[in-house]
Amino acid sequence: MAREYDVVVLGGGLMGAAIGYGLARLGRRTAILDEGDIAFRASRGNFSLVWVQSKGLGMPAYSSWTRRSAERWSGFAAELKDETGVDCALQQPGGFTLLLSDAEMERRIAFLAKLHAQPGFEPYPYEIWDRSRVRQVFPGIGPEVVGASFCPLDGHLNALRAFRASHAAFAARGGDYFPHHTIEKVEPLAGGGFRIDTPGSGFTAAKVVLAAGTGNARLGPMLGLHAPVRPQRGQALVTEKASPFLTHPVVNLRQTDEGGIMIGDSQEEAGFDTSLGLGVLAVMARRAARMFPEVGRLNVVRTWSALRVMTKDGFPIYQQSETAPGAFLCNCHSGVTLAAAHAALLAPMIDAGRLDDTLLGAFSTRRFDVPASA
Amino acid sequence: MFQRLPEDARAPLSFLLDGEPVQGRAGDSVAAALLALGRDACRETAVSGAPRGGYCMMGVCFDCLVTIDGVGNRQACLVPLRDGMEVETQHGRREPGR
Repeated sequence: MAREYDVVVLGGGLMGAAIGYGLARLGRRTAILDEGDIAFRASRGNFSLVWVQSKGLGMPAYSSWTRRSAERWSGFAAELKDETGVDCALQQPGGFTLLLSDAEMERRIAFLAKLHAQPGFEPYPYEIWDRSRVRQVFPGIGPEVVGASFCPLDGHLNALRAFRASHAAFAARGGDYFPHHTIEKVEPLAGGGFRIDTPGSGFTAAKVVLAAGTGNARLGPMLGLHAPVRPQRGQALVTEKASPFLTHPVVNLRQTDEGGIMIGDSQEEAGFDTSLGLGVLAVMARRAARMFPEVGRLNVVRTWSALRVMTKDGFPIYQQSETAPGAFLCNCHSGVTLAAAHAALLAPMIDAGRLDDTLLGAFSTRRFDVPASA
Repeated sequence: MFQRLPEDARAPLSFLLDGEPVQGRAGDSVAAALLALGRDACRETAVSGAPRGGYCMMGVCFDCLVTIDGVGNRQACLVPLRDGMEVETQHGRREPGR
């Protein structure tokens, strides 16, 4: 006997949990089907930034969507705390990209100008700071730091707590979570709705949301959806806990709420290989120590890698199936930054059965339907 | 709680504990010397500030962290005591730069 739901979400990472919570909060009977702890789980390995600056070159709508989510994060964090008692330790004091040479400074200025010059780009506030101004915020910068770009909209949080809080809030709103339910098959039913089969269980739902990260590449075609996504490896390291000395996040390093310095921004094409290497870790650590020499004296206590869910062009995908309406494909690599929008904006659109064209039209998979020779 | 064995005839070593001159014995680890001095707690934890002291005494539990000669988060059980060493209670998280 199949269990019946209004919506079944395939994938229980931060994206699936945020969408599931958003739907459960609207009163929909919602289930999340998830793999076990063996799943490739970007939600457990990410860098935990809520980040606006630099995003959207090539797709202005991505910058706008990112910004909407960043603006909603404080409300979302307060809501999660209210629902679950879990504090995500969100801070949005503005964030920096530190620059270590005049050449880096020139490239950064040119990049941000190009980003903002795009037709349809919704400008966001940013500033270029010289070294003396950076030193007023970060007295401990190294001698090579020549300046920085600063965006007051940027921030960070404790993403593990945000992940746990999203699941707890989903459960508190009556959502059902099924771990160890790898999807074997999902198919549209003749009279509308969907059937989802996992080993040993069956589910039916009026709507289905594919939030399975790289797993969407396998699941999408079952519902007439094309998901050009691949894993992109990122490595990270964290130091022992130190007393607070970084008041703002920097794009490649940040001090966590409990004191550890997290370092990481590597991007590697390595398939599903999650192995680590001293080569990449050393480069990241060295750059962090050039920015803040005191970081170089701290002991590293953990290193890890995780797989970003990267689409063909790096921008998110939000697409309703044309052949099986009610099936929604969702992919992104910034599940932390976008979680607030996924819960507050995307979930209601899924519930209404229509993705808002103004906000999300640009993220359709139709953008990939271009002949390779074009 | 801990007492030296009466037959322990090893030579005394002088060191500073939070600025006070005290004595251990040659061959002590820093953690052993602190326990012999009755200093059961040698640090406060990084998150809640609870008192902690040497526990496993073999480098595993990381509960005996102290600042030694200006460097924070040293495992006292793995550092042999030396004459003239400066040992400090670690109050919570390590301070960057030391």
